[in-house]
Amino acid sequence: MKKEVLKGNYVVAYAVKQSDIDFIPVYPITPQTSIIEKLADFKAKNEIKADYVPMESEHSVMAACIGASLANARVFTATSGQGLLYMHELLHWASGSRLPIVMSVVNRAVAPGWNIWMDQSDTISQRDTGWIQIYTSNHQEVYDHIIMAYKLAEKINLPVMVILDAFFLSHTISDLIIEDDEKIKKFLPPKKDLPFGIDFNNPRSIGSLSDPSNYMEFRKKIADAFIEAESEIEKIYDEFNIIFNRKYEVYEKYMDHDADYIIVTTGTLFENSMLAADSLRKSGIKTGVLKVRFLRPFIKNNLRNFLKGKKVIVIDRNYSFGKGGVFAEELRSIINEDVYSVIAGLGGRDVPPKTIEQIVIKVIKEKKDFWETNIYV
Amino acid sequence: MYETKMNKGHLACAGCGATIAMGLASGKFPEKSVVVIPASCWSVIGGPLPYRTLNIPSVHTAFACAPAVATGIYYALAKKYKDHRVIVWAGDGSSFDIGLQSLSGALERGIPFTYICYDNEAYMNTGIQRSSATPLYTITTTTPENAFKKENKKNFLEIAIAHNIEYAATATIAFPDDLKKKVEKAVSTKGPSVIHIFSPCPTGQGFKEMESVKISRLAGISGFFPIYEYENEKYKINIEPDFSRLKEYITMQKRFASIDDESLKKIEKIVIQNFNRLKKKSLLSLNN
Ligand SMILES: Cc1ncc(C[n+]2csc(CCOP(=O)(O)OP(=O)(O)O)c2C)c(N)n1
Ligand SMILES: [Mg+2]
Repeated sequence: MKKEVLKGNYVVAYAVKQSDIDFIPVYPITPQTSIIEKLADFKAKNEIKADYVPMESEHSVMAACIGASLANARVFTATSGQGLLYMHELLHWASGSRLPIVMSVVNRAVAPGWNIWMDQSDTISQRDTGWIQIYTSNHQEVYDHIIMAYKLAEKINLPVMVILDAFFLSHTISDLIIEDDEKIKKFLPPKKDLPFGIDFNNPRSIGSLSDPSNYMEFRKKIADAFIEAESEIEKIYDEFNIIFNRKYEVYEKYMDHDADYIIVTTGTLFENSMLAADSLRKSGIKTGVLKVRFLRPFIKNNLRNFLKGKKVIVIDRNYSFGKGGVFAEELRSIINEDVYSVIAGLGGRDVPPKTIEQIVIKVIKEKKDFWETNIYV
Repeated sequence: MYETKMNKGHLACAGCGATIAMGLASGKFPEKSVVVIPASCWSVIGGPLPYRTLNIPSVHTAFACAPAVATGIYYALAKKYKDHRVIVWAGDGSSFDIGLQSLSGALERGIPFTYICYDNEAYMNTGIQRSSATPLYTITTTTPENAFKKENKKNFLEIAIAHNIEYAATATIAFPDDLKKKVEKAVSTKGPSVIHIFSPCPTGQGFKEMESVKISRLAGISGFFPIYEYENEKYKINIEPDFSRLKEYITMQKRFASIDDESLKKIEKIVIQNFNRLKKKSLLSLNN
């Protein structure tokens, strides 16, 4: 175990380096590039055994991940924004083929106009592709969750996205604990062969025509695997804690016990919201924060009890046109309390703690949903 | 004995050239082969669940990315085996159109794999729509009647060869020994290799099921689909064409119903021009 000071994207690369990966197909896009560049460095220095293969498109990157995974390799790739959208068709093939692929996605706004900054529109658009989606808020969480993602993916045979905020996380530098290889090996043993993969002794026809008489059964099995994921995540968090002494909860909470208002948010907005809560409390507004880490599965857990009687303010860095903020809508489908939905920080617009305070004050006054477009300085 | 890796029984139409092509070619696939099949008629012919037509592992995949899937499979298997071969089996739509980028990427990468395009000169699986492999003047459901195809067929194999690969060849099911020999060479090429097989479709091209082989033979000997080989930078023409057979080839097929004497002349001109270009390359190869 040692302390390192790294930028978010390098944290991803360091975690990948220690996860015993066989195959890394890549295609560059800002702000993901420094992940794959760092991995190229590791490869050039012979510090990883994985085949590192530049591809001709993100569509091909995910196709190559699928091919290698079917042939029992442990694979990794990373992308952002347009690249993720370009992969869309293959994201369904990956989950439909039940492949334990792990990909990190650095959230990026969607064009037009060209915008490389933070926005969740890219990953939100992949919500229904059958991938587990993990939204991270800080460097340690990124590192830990890449490693845990393989454990989860290989347990339930579903692909996992580990998502980090463009620039606010991908390009900021922080200290974190890098664990020893031996310990990681203990937590994440070598990958086992798939019972349905490419096997010369049992020549399967994989992904073949599935007619109305059997297609639905495959879908149901994927649905069941997502339910299984909910309990597996808890188990993996426990096991991770035993080995590494860091305990994660499905929902991170801050100052929630006596709070009248709960800010619900994701990614680095969680960190800013905690600062905002501290400040709001100084002026007598009892505020707490809840961080949602998983969009899929959206884990009900004891959310309903936890949010009972609270005023819930969801800050979404995304928007589903014709409906609303995606995390707000998810919560509305679970709890009975009023949910105030605020859209903020699209296309990389900064949402500092000060802005979050303003948002809470506005909600208290106006009691309605709104877009926070002001640029406070 | 008929050497093949196909099981008995499949879902192809009667007279399907693509099925005969697989029957012949697969006999020469190495024991440890994986076949990658993008969206095409072969997505169906390969057998609906739980059946399988091939006796080797096969992977069905999206329309545009079979060579990329093959890339992933190749690298993963290379960690365990030395004698495996990944073979992409794709239609002309995949090869000439939507998957060309992916093919180009895999050829440039230089990984050992074999790409086989079975060409029936249209998107047949979706009901006979034109592709860029569809010849000039062809009637399809997206180029109907007088709106017949106005563009020439793309020169697929030359695009592949431009990637500096070691081995590339055309073939057709009417010349099975030639086809099998070429597949054998292709799968034992060190790097990537490409085979372009003319495999006619009675349903989509409009001829009798029993005439698939005859149509294939005429396509080859008339020069409409030149049969040649490219090996270690040398071109070799395997069948010297007899252009006088073009008319017979054209008139046997309903898809060419719009062709009159004048357009036939134009076709002859193009076929001869294309062949002469090939001939020059083969002569140049002899002189080297
Ligand atoms: C992305 C995408 N677009 C369109 C299709 C529909 N589609 C399936 S097969 C096919 C035609 C395939 O044509 P070709 O490659 O020539 O093979 P053939 O059907 O003639 O055997 C099309 C258009 C698809 N499966 N995926
Ligand atoms: Mg076709």
